[in-house]
Amino acid sequence: MSDKKYKVFVSCDVANHVCDKTQYNEASLWEKIKLNIHLLYCKACRKYTQNNQKLTKIVKESEVQCLDATAKERLKKQFETELEKHHH
Amino acid sequence: MSDHQINPNKWIDLYSDYLYNYTISRVSDRDIAQDLVQDTFLAGLKSMKNFKGEATERTWLISILKRKIIDHYRKINSKKGKAEVRMNYNSDTENEGDWLEERVADPFDKTAEDKLQNNELGNAIMDCLSKLPAKHAQIFTMKTIQNYDTEAICNELNITASNLWVIIHRARIAMATCLKENWL
Repeated sequence: MSDKKYKVFVSCDVANHVCDKTQYNEASLWEKIKLNIHLLYCKACRKYTQNNQKLTKIVKESEVQCLDATAKERLKKQFETELEKHHH
Repeated sequence: MSDHQINPNKWIDLYSDYLYNYTISRVSDRDIAQDLVQDTFLAGLKSMKNFKGEATERTWLISILKRKIIDHYRKINSKKGKAEVRMNYNSDTENEGDWLEERVADPFDKTAEDKLQNNELGNAIMDCLSKLPAKHAQIFTMKTIQNYDTEAICNELNITASNLWVIIHRARIAMATCLKENWL
């Protein structure tokens, strides 16, 4: 337990960080095990995990869409040209 | 006398995602949606003097956008030789003339309702996003909505991975709190 890497009990900060990574499938199996052990005894983090999962779910369900970076850049350029004319 | 100010310099940063999401849920075509958003900003710029400050900038831009979307549908309809906007809610000729109400009970057609709800949810998400600090909103959007890799975002914005996760954590807490009342 003294070796940091193999520590089973983690702090809330670490647990929440793993929970965030889990939302993007970026947590390792060992990290997820540590998170779940932490959740067994920590009510606050259980709450956070619950809300976090719901947030992931609704963003996915909403099918919300944004302009991709290049389209936005183009939009900005064209708009700024017009804005320039507008000021003169 | 006006309560709201108008400042087009920040329009693209502040409203382009919101307007785009609003449009895409109504026209379902990326290119058309992008064009409509652009037309809206340009029209807004031209008619800035008509802005009375009674509504927020965003509401005002949305009202222009709504007209652009209607115009768009008018145009594609008139190309087909029809002068009016028609709803294709029922394509088989046998039931022609039936109104929407008569079809409400159909339990197998849940998609329209889901879609409507999703539009509202999408707008709610955009609303909450606009309340975040700009940097947080940008990173949350890239990671969560556009699904960029952590590494790609870090390279693009020149931040470290631990910076990114701190911001993601704060943004997620803020988003969850903001959406809590109606959606979580």
